[in-house]
Amino acid sequence: MTTAETVLAPARTEPATARAVFRGGQRFQHGGWFVAPFLTLFAVFVIWPLVRGVHLSLTDANITGTGERFIGLDNYREALRDPLMWDALGHSAYFTLLAVPCITVLAFLLAMLAHHVERGQWLWRLCFFMPFLLPSTVAGNLWQWLFNPGTGMVNHVFGLQTPWLTDASYAMPAIVIETLWWTVGFSFLLYLAALQSIPAHLYEAAKLDGAGAWQRTVHITLPMLRTITGLVVALQILASLQVFDQAVVMMDFGPGPENSTRTFVQYTLEEGFTSYRVGYASAISVIFFVIIAAVALARMWLLRNRTEEAAR
Amino acid sequence: MTTAVPAQSRRAWTPGQIVLTLLATAVSAVFLAPLAWGLFTSLKSETEAVAVPAHWLPKRWTGQAWKALLDTGNITDWFINSLVVSVCVTSVVLLVSALAGYGFARTEFRGKGVLMGLVMSGLMVSPAVLGVPLFTTVQQLGMVDTYWGMILPQCAPAAMVYILYKFFQGIPRELEEAAFIDGAGRWRVFFTIVVPLSRPSLAAVGIFTFIASWNNFLWPYMVTNNPDLMTMPNGIATVMNSYGIQWAQLMAGGLMAGLPLIVVFVFFQRQIVAGVAHTGLAGQ
Repeated sequence: MTTAETVLAPARTEPATARAVFRGGQRFQHGGWFVAPFLTLFAVFVIWPLVRGVHLSLTDANITGTGERFIGLDNYREALRDPLMWDALGHSAYFTLLAVPCITVLAFLLAMLAHHVERGQWLWRLCFFMPFLLPSTVAGNLWQWLFNPGTGMVNHVFGLQTPWLTDASYAMPAIVIETLWWTVGFSFLLYLAALQSIPAHLYEAAKLDGAGAWQRTVHITLPMLRTITGLVVALQILASLQVFDQAVVMMDFGPGPENSTRTFVQYTLEEGFTSYRVGYASAISVIFFVIIAAVALARMWLLRNRTEEAAR
Repeated sequence: MTTAVPAQSRRAWTPGQIVLTLLATAVSAVFLAPLAWGLFTSLKSETEAVAVPAHWLPKRWTGQAWKALLDTGNITDWFINSLVVSVCVTSVVLLVSALAGYGFARTEFRGKGVLMGLVMSGLMVSPAVLGVPLFTTVQQLGMVDTYWGMILPQCAPAAMVYILYKFFQGIPRELEEAAFIDGAGRWRVFFTIVVPLSRPSLAAVGIFTFIASWNNFLWPYMVTNNPDLMTMPNGIATVMNSYGIQWAQLMAGGLMAGLPLIVVFVFFQRQIVAGVAHTGLAGQ
């Protein structure tokens, strides 16, 4: 709460400054009040947990919040030597590595298809996007059922005997397949919107110059989709690193065969809520936050470099 | 790939169009098959659902699973909880993020730059990243196992503020200036001029928030233990999965959780598509 109050104080106590800058009069001095409701919620439920997380990570706090003792960087030292944490990080990274290229390529192909079929676009859009409207747990249950080796449809349709969810080498790919079906619709819509915003005259000009369909795709469509591809990849990386719901649902809230699908988020929650080690769970959460922030900042940096290049 | 021309300029059934339409139909069938399988499973008896080999259509159609689900479980409670939480979250998010987006885009106050930077940093924080400290915070506030505990932490989405901030920046200042000259205050201008102008953006944010909140699993899962308070995704995943899964019932429950949004989507497809594209594209 203190955060919200201190940040809002200037707007309330020093309207003179605003007045001096904006001769328009009193209408500019209420800015603080416009942002106050959001910033209050933001301070309590985003900033404070972040600060509190860093604080807890330096203690040996348990879930009841009693007897927390300052232990310096011990949690971080332990984390760096914790094979389970590295495994969990590896599983989330493996999932990301498999899922992001698949989602991006499939989303692009589906968008090309829907864009080029002249009839029934609403129907294709509906079919490709519909799975995204399901709750993650429902999609997870559905595929857990589909992947069931005996009674499920996947093995039946393809004539396989694959133990999808009980064999360590198939478990993560099965989760990726489920995720692909469930979430590709979102990126598909982004691509479709981008395709529809490419000016038609570019294609007409290229056609007059004798460019074939393939050449038009390679030399006009793909370059025009660079920005949206950057966005899709960035959003997918950030979401995929945070994978949790579908993995736990498909594995009955366990860590998967030979612990092969325990993701990073799952590990932090297990440490916090099952082992009651809130201090340690906070430390690995902070490590995770740093990783996520690094990815997000890397993207901003890349984006800025590119706009500067374009400006030159 | 024969048609790089914009849609609607040609309507002939060229061979290329026939191939593409068939392809689109086949791909759509693949996308719908899992849902159809779930629906057919929910219309089988529990024994038929687990029969080997798997088969698509029920040999004997029965609404038994749906009936059992509605009679015995607390699925109707979960449905109402989901509705209450999603409606509250959507209303609060629309109000606070519109005000904040406008405040950042159009008013001046000390420390605005720093605060905007802080909000941007919030884009990287989610319950998945900071679940444990967020839980302890909510615990300190005494909100574990309450509606408040489920709702309020979902009400500070930096992304929505950012999207509306970008949109408000694009509204011509002259429209507001004219009203100021007529003597209207900031608040009046906001509610009578800016809000009506931003209806499409606000609809996009509202729709997107509602979908995210209706489907949210992780946070309600962390903050509720009481089955009476659970939302649909949470109740289905935890309670229905906990003792001997009954697949027909589970599929019926899943469809019940998914159907409202699917029905809404069928009716408001254009707005939702525009909304997703809009919210996503604003991220650029």
